[in-house]
Amino acid sequence: MPNFQLQAHAQIIKGRDVVADDWSVLRLDAESGATPESIEVPEGKIIVPLAVWLAQRATLAQRAAIGVWLPSDALATAIKDDLAQFAVVAVDFPRFSDGRGYSIAYNLRKRLGYTSELRAIGDVLRDNLFSMQRCGFDAFAPRQDRSIHEALKGLTAFSNPYQASVDEPQPLFRRAARGGQPEHNDIGAGI
Amino acid sequence: MYRYDQYDHLIVRERIAQYRDQVRRRLADELTEEEFLPLRLQNGLYMQRHAYMLRIAVPYGLLSTAQMRTFAHIARKYDRGYGHFTTRQNIQFNWIELEQTPDILADLAAVEMHAIQTSGNCIRNITTDEFAGVAADEVIDPRPYAEILRQWSTFHPEFIALPRKFKIAINGAVEDRAAIAIHDIGLTVVHNAAGEVGFKFMVGGGMGRTPILGSVINDFVPWQHVLTYTEAVMRVYNQFGRRDNKYKARIKILVKAVGVEEFARLVDEEFADLKDGPETLTREELDRVARYFNPKPYLALPAIDPRAQHADDKAFANWLLRNVKPHKVPGYASVVLSLKKTGVPPGDATAEQMDFVADLADKYSFGELRVTHEQNLVLADVEQAKLFEVWQQAKARGLATPNIGLLTDIIACPGGDFCSLANAKSIPIAAAIAERFDNLDFQHDIGDIELNISGCINACGHHHVGHIGILGVDKDGSEWYQVSIGGAQGNASAIGKIIGPSFSSLQMPEVVGRLLEVYVKNRVDGERFIDTAQRLGVAPFKEYVYATPIKAGQLVGEDEYA
Repeated sequence: MPNFQLQAHAQIIKGRDVVADDWSVLRLDAESGATPESIEVPEGKIIVPLAVWLAQRATLAQRAAIGVWLPSDALATAIKDDLAQFAVVAVDFPRFSDGRGYSIAYNLRKRLGYTSELRAIGDVLRDNLFSMQRCGFDAFAPRQDRSIHEALKGLTAFSNPYQASVDEPQPLFRRAARGGQPEHNDIGAGI
Repeated sequence: MYRYDQYDHLIVRERIAQYRDQVRRRLADELTEEEFLPLRLQNGLYMQRHAYMLRIAVPYGLLSTAQMRTFAHIARKYDRGYGHFTTRQNIQFNWIELEQTPDILADLAAVEMHAIQTSGNCIRNITTDEFAGVAADEVIDPRPYAEILRQWSTFHPEFIALPRKFKIAINGAVEDRAAIAIHDIGLTVVHNAAGEVGFKFMVGGGMGRTPILGSVINDFVPWQHVLTYTEAVMRVYNQFGRRDNKYKARIKILVKAVGVEEFARLVDEEFADLKDGPETLTREELDRVARYFNPKPYLALPAIDPRAQHADDKAFANWLLRNVKPHKVPGYASVVLSLKKTGVPPGDATAEQMDFVADLADKYSFGELRVTHEQNLVLADVEQAKLFEVWQQAKARGLATPNIGLLTDIIACPGGDFCSLANAKSIPIAAAIAERFDNLDFQHDIGDIELNISGCINACGHHHVGHIGILGVDKDGSEWYQVSIGGAQGNASAIGKIIGPSFSSLQMPEVVGRLLEVYVKNRVDGERFIDTAQRLGVAPFKEYVYATPIKAGQLVGEDEYA
């Protein structure tokens, strides 16, 4: 019995498109007593947990392609010196209601200047995609019991949000002339 | 007041479309109830005991008459003819059908309102002084900042799944009427020595299971940095706030755990990077928003004594004394319309009353109304010369009970009659107490006192800061009430102390009676109840209340027929 699981998504969302994906997310099997030091990371395109990366950095860094995923209680700074090594960094959302991943993404993009793929994994559902995208995620592995094409609609919920964030560095008050009245008083009706 | 521009309209319209589709997916079972729950909560929709409850945001408690009439319309069309104004200056409707909620939101959008973030683990409606802009003791009008923070916090992408709910209050007057010390962030708009405007920044206040008063982490955050500094606080909290136990998840627990100084240091570290960034507020944007809160076109009127013409009318005099507040402009006054008539649940208003107060506001107060966190309504700008006619009309509709700040001006949550979180009922206790002490002469003799009732430890009825606080508790499946005294809100905020073992509902009026007797016997020179309670401490009150067996009183209200 392997002491880990590999989770693959046949398709993910990248940018605004549904695309095929050949990465696998490795999750340690806590029951098996597996430790980050002892597990053997299989060949191929694997996104390893932060703990495994930290324990096996020297060997994993030799691979042609490696990804890492951060649990929601990690800080972005845990991988600040390694960012260039990764083809993909993923952030885990253990539950829809755990919003730490948004701050991790913000810090990776804004503070640490990470520019490669940033993928949301875990309890990723249509209704949090918009916020995830705003905080800097550009790839999403939605829960596989739901239609990925339906999930795609979540990315376009709003067209002109108030705040600055990663996707839109200027707040509304700096990027638009505020205070105008709608051309028609039924603006947006029927959306 | 603030008016939506094309962007505000679009965001609210897009929100309705998003929410309408979420409801559709829930009804089609494409979303499980568990998945739908955080979505509907962020839209103010709770599942209560009997039906859904919808909480609608009244930003910083300010309402136009068109908005108030829309509440009346919602009460009639979608509810049972009434609504409940809350301690966070919002309104909630208790008998709502899920299928109708998107249409209610569409009706609200037509008058520039919504229910966004009125619940859930996100930044909630920002509250302030109900007399903002008109109070005689105001230093700076807090409403432009409240509106700017409202926009910034609406769908903030990073702070929509916080460890727990997050409440911000702003005060801009000498006397704090916004209860800032019991908020996650409590702001005071101040001037520094150079006369510049900024914020005294308090964090970590809150009630619930662990009541804590907020701590000041920065004496002066210049106004330009209010969004970026708030963002720094939010990011520290989002990353480090506890998520393993919902009773330890509020920011107050984090601040206490790491210490105020360390928390302030973490915020400063975060802020260093954000300072002068794009979210730094511009003078242009502040001026744009502030213009909506310009003073009304007041007439040049002499200040008069409104009693002069009606010297022998004691009822009018009582109302002037309790329900009319000073205004910064001569010849004007603010009027508090009491939603605390004995026999009516605190904060409830019927559709007819809502339409009526809208008419009053159109006629006497520039078409605007306020909701107070004590769950009353305010006409902020009434000519003194017209107070008598306002009083007569309000009185005819049961809205002129002269009890503002008195014993029967009770703050109460909806409690076990509606709320599925409650351990005990609140409304029948409020009713029994109001009935027992209905005599106005007695109430005026007792004077200023705040009696707050919560049906559970979540403390929606602010019991911790009541001069007398009553908390519903569950003991072996039956309802009991724990009593504390000495709590206070405002500038001298304090958390009340529990006097001893809890009481049955039927004992509560007598318990309050005994507390008042101790006060009357011991008060000196115009001392208020709170002064006496804080001077003497719990001991004499405790001793007297428990000295002899407490007779059970009569049931009142619906429970009478149970």
